[in-house]
Amino acid sequence: MGMTMIERILAKRAGVPTIHAGDTVTVDVDMTVLIDLQFATMWIEPLKIADPDKTAIVMDHAVPAPTIKDAAGGPKARRFAAKFGIERFYDVGRHGICHQVISENGLARPGEILACTDSHTCAGGAYNTAARGLGPAEVMSILCTGRTWFQASPTIRYELTGTLPGGVSGKDLFLHIANEWGDATNHNLEYGGPGVASIPLHDRRTIATQGAEISADFSTFGYDDVLAEHFDNLGIDTFEPAHADPDAAYAEVRNVDLSALVPFVARPGTVSRNGVPVTDIEPRRIDQAFIGSCANGQLDDLRITADVLRGRQVAPGVRLIVTPASQQVYRDAMRLGYLQVIADAGAVVTNATCGACFGYHMGLVGPGEVCLTSSTRNFTGRMGSTDAEIYMASPATVAASAITGRITDAREVEGQ
Amino acid sequence: MSLSATGRVWVFGHGITTDDMYPPDAMKLDIPAAAKHVFYNVRPGWVDEVGPGDIVVAGNNFGLGSSRPVAALFNQLGVGGLVAEEFNSLFFRNAVNAGLPAMTIPTATQIFADGDTLSMNLRTGQWSNDTTGVAGRVPVMPDLLLEIVESGGIMPRLAQQGYLPAELLTTLRSPAIAAAGQGRGA
Repeated sequence: MGMTMIERILAKRAGVPTIHAGDTVTVDVDMTVLIDLQFATMWIEPLKIADPDKTAIVMDHAVPAPTIKDAAGGPKARRFAAKFGIERFYDVGRHGICHQVISENGLARPGEILACTDSHTCAGGAYNTAARGLGPAEVMSILCTGRTWFQASPTIRYELTGTLPGGVSGKDLFLHIANEWGDATNHNLEYGGPGVASIPLHDRRTIATQGAEISADFSTFGYDDVLAEHFDNLGIDTFEPAHADPDAAYAEVRNVDLSALVPFVARPGTVSRNGVPVTDIEPRRIDQAFIGSCANGQLDDLRITADVLRGRQVAPGVRLIVTPASQQVYRDAMRLGYLQVIADAGAVVTNATCGACFGYHMGLVGPGEVCLTSSTRNFTGRMGSTDAEIYMASPATVAASAITGRITDAREVEGQ
Repeated sequence: MSLSATGRVWVFGHGITTDDMYPPDAMKLDIPAAAKHVFYNVRPGWVDEVGPGDIVVAGNNFGLGSSRPVAALFNQLGVGGLVAEEFNSLFFRNAVNAGLPAMTIPTATQIFADGDTLSMNLRTGQWSNDTTGVAGRVPVMPDLLLEIVESGGIMPRLAQQGYLPAELLTTLRSPAIAAAGQGRGA
């Protein structure tokens, strides 16, 4: 019996010939990423760490600091980085959402294991990496020892065929999958098949990131020409991709014809079995529209947003908030003119941070409000008041809806 | 820490998220104040009723969401263990790493009702509803995980192994430090 991508990576890092679902192994971790929140709450500085070259620090969730508590974490991070000689320190100003910074700097590499406290660390699966959120206590342990344990979960394989139609994004594919099959608790997701080649890397990252919303463990894509180019551009070639064996054992194989997909919207509360094609969604009036987060604050998301907004205006009574996923995305989007277009349309462009996605320090929604978001979660209370409703859709759908003031199919707006 | 727990049961439903237990606003507070928000939306006032050693029973996909230190809030409230029909794996790991006994019992919400007495033993996998007499056994978690729970969580282990200051060993078992270990996240 062969191995899935994840089983292959775990086996290699555990130093054992094979792993199958149900097996528990201890593994070497290739990269450990600490985030600002870990330093802000009673940080305990370790006496020794496993390897500073396998450690990165990213300031992302609450920057620039909105509270004294968060502000107090900064000096601890800087002291720790200096004391242990951690060169991969992405401090405020060269920061970003950790998963974006991980991508830009090639910290998640094919066939390797990456650990980070944030629950959306599965984003790294877009790069053929075994990456997942592990909780700060465990990440502290990995920081110190360089190792952790995994119990291999059964893997669900998505076999993708066809190509995504114009105006249909990775977000739409994910929302379709979440609606069709629901939660994947205690399962890994593996994306493969001939259709993957047509899915741009930024869309793959949206899909991998949002595995967290359907409670999956790892979400992994295979290594192909798209990833080869990505790492070639970064000048990184020291990795060994993990391929799924032809006779790998899957809990289930699910087929998706990309060509048949349409833009999708998830209704408030969950993405799991709670979506509809945008053509069928109730045309709710919206108060806030948000485009950002590790899932949808990428440069291509901002390009798509600018394309929809160009020459148009955000509807009266609607606030559109756009948050680049990193300082690099912010600078690139500025250089390419996207931010000018977005701001000219009447949107608020914020600093790079997790921002409104997690309802902590900016862009919260109030009681009775309706929000349409292109971010990670639409849970009750996630973005502010528990009496607010959070719909979720692609950046194109969110931008188009901000213009009309109600949930709108971007393909109609673009056709005007 | 003990690998077994006996306590009064509180039953919750399916799909309880970390936002239901640790809302973003509570992340600005210290642990005792944040703990007052647990289930604030799904069962207002519960934090005033829960007592030391009580056990939370939930349905499927318990703990979906962020890596916020919910287990530390449960420790703060004196909760003695978690049972669910199905745990989100990050939430389950966080419970183990905080030294909070957690057990998966596939039909738990049908077996237990509010006020029942539940007993569970992670070492043997045995559980029982001492009120109704219903009992059963589930697969035992790997030894490594049992060791972590028995150590009071992963942070005290790091102190024992010399990675963290030894003088913190006792305080590392406190809810507040367990919270620090688990940090916050989105």
